[in-house]
Amino acid sequence: MSFRIESKALQPDVWRAELQNPASGGYVSFEGWVRDNNEGHEVLQLEYQAYEALALKEGQVILAEACERYPFEKAMCVHRVGALEIGDLAVWVGVSSGHRDEAFRACRYIIDEIKHRVPIWKKEIYTNGDSGWVNCEACATPTSQDP
Amino acid sequence: MKTIQIEYFAILRERAGVAAEAVSTHATTPSDIYAELQTRYEFPEQATMKVAVNDEFSAWDTALNDGDRLVFIPPVAGG
Repeated sequence: MSFRIESKALQPDVWRAELQNPASGGYVSFEGWVRDNNEGHEVLQLEYQAYEALALKEGQVILAEACERYPFEKAMCVHRVGALEIGDLAVWVGVSSGHRDEAFRACRYIIDEIKHRVPIWKKEIYTNGDSGWVNCEACATPTSQDP
Repeated sequence: MKTIQIEYFAILRERAGVAAEAVSTHATTPSDIYAELQTRYEFPEQATMKVAVNDEFSAWDTALNDGDRLVFIPPVAGG
């Protein structure tokens, strides 16, 4: 069971192999990709920043919670940081379990909690030159590079 | 007077113009220090933030000790 932060391209095939084990009859994974639009803005690029020391702790807590609620055999979550392009893999979750129900539910729980609780931030750079930190509308007006 | 190590992320890093700094202060809590920093930088309202002391989520009225590491946490957006 591990939560990791990576600054290089994610490799789900490698981690999927790590989750395989004889006691598991099912495996569920989720991939979060960089989308070319958000709330009406055309997105050119994303930049993820993490407070790594606390993010790793909180990610681990979330995996433990998921295992308590939906007992699984193995689970892993990896989040990317740095500059990402459209289509890049930003976050990956994989869960293997005896039966499929636990794997589906644990995977959903992990990605939902990661998005809400782990100190990772996403800056969107738009095609019109503006940029903004996501979910931070109340704390900032987008910084315009092209007034 | 104590020295607190502050690390900035996301919008706060942009507003402060540095990733980290050591602040000498008479402030005793994260809340007090945030208020001090708001006079220097254009920081958002404290109500939108969380805070971590020594890499643990903490209360805004936690008593700070010399050398503590402090991080203010704007609304997160992983995934």
